[in-house]
Amino acid sequence: MENVVQATNLGRRFGRRWAVARLDLSVGADERLLVIGPNGCGKTTLLKVLSTLLPPSQGDVEWFGHTDNVRGRIGLMGHDPGVYEDLSAVDNLRVFARIGGTSDTDITRLLRTVGLDDRPDTVARYSAGMRRRLALAFLLQKQPQLALLDEPFAQMDPGGIAQVSSAIQALPGAVVIASHQVQHAAPLCTRAILMDEGQIRWSGPAKQAEAAWRALHKERGDL
Amino acid sequence: MKTTLNILWKDVLIEWRTRSRTVALLSFAYTILLLFAFAIGPDSAALRQHAGAYLWLGLLLSSTLLLDSSMRIEFEAGAISKLLLAPVSAPGLFYGKAIANTIQLWIIGAVSVPMVFVVCDATVVESSGWLALTLALGAAGLAAPGTLYSAMIARLSGKQLLLPLMLFPLVVPVIVSAVKATSLVMMGDPMNQIGSWLALLLCFNLVYWGLCGVLFGRVVEA
Repeated sequence: MENVVQATNLGRRFGRRWAVARLDLSVGADERLLVIGPNGCGKTTLLKVLSTLLPPSQGDVEWFGHTDNVRGRIGLMGHDPGVYEDLSAVDNLRVFARIGGTSDTDITRLLRTVGLDDRPDTVARYSAGMRRRLALAFLLQKQPQLALLDEPFAQMDPGGIAQVSSAIQALPGAVVIASHQVQHAAPLCTRAILMDEGQIRWSGPAKQAEAAWRALHKERGDL
Repeated sequence: MKTTLNILWKDVLIEWRTRSRTVALLSFAYTILLLFAFAIGPDSAALRQHAGAYLWLGLLLSSTLLLDSSMRIEFEAGAISKLLLAPVSAPGLFYGKAIANTIQLWIIGAVSVPMVFVVCDATVVESSGWLALTLALGAAGLAAPGTLYSAMIARLSGKQLLLPLMLFPLVVPVIVSAVKATSLVMMGDPMNQIGSWLALLLCFNLVYWGLCGVLFGRVVEA
């Protein structure tokens, strides 16, 4: 089966510091990959490179067997929610449906899925957790073949975590989740990689991710 | 073309939902006009002679607030990333936003004209169609480089200071041409010079809109 992402000797540096270095990674179609690692290990940079928004400083990346014109097939839920604060959630979804050429008929259902169907006010009045729910609604609306989620459970209450988990399960195609909250993210994934200082330190089944991370913490003397 | 229209529709929708921003910009333009009038004093001849300059200085200063606000909404919550992944073409994004900025500047200019008439005791001697055309070409001449520069500095700190520093020197030819054409419309044009100044404005617009459309992709992807 064709890989959705094939990265070879991938590197990205900011000034003299390599955030991601000599990284080889492949993500299969319909695969669910968990990316874990300590703060500053390169998770967010990796996701931005995989999203095409950040060009790599070295190495090659192929998406769906191509090197460009793939953006329409990729969705990113980054740290920023990617919304217009002065518009309501409905208006935001309508705007991106029109710009992205997707259907705007299911907006109410989408908002119900992420628990925002009772908030007609502008996004500027939303809490951080609600903004992340809206960002997830954008992904569900776009239905990308490669979904990249950076800390999807951040700032979520328990109810939000359950809703986000089921929404992620509903995403089609390949999903890459970068998260510190391994206990919530690992059950949604099949494979995991542990990053440290821009490189993959461990790769294995997602259910063993927490143990691998604890081992890294112990090795670093954090525990 | 479709991308441009969608971006234009999106910017118009946001402005419609936040009408307070347009009102604030209009108030700012009016305040500048009043300040010029107070600074010159009750010399109605001097006020009338320089009415076109006051109008365009008010528009120029208001444009920095408008352009900064127009690009801030794209960058402050990461909407630009979502647009690029939608995906929208960079030229389509540029022309959509630049046209939206031109329309808003034209409206601010059009609403400021009656205030200029009152404060400066000015009037339209030539055809008011010339004035509308001057406003449109002048607004477009400010909006194109302003949209590019506001995107260029959107991720930097101190952008409110940087935008006028970078924009004002570049738009001097536009302001000079627009002020000359506006003054001729208001004071009379016995030598038939308005057409020449408007042709010059049009030339600058063609250069700015062409170059900025090409460069915008590099700016937003950087």
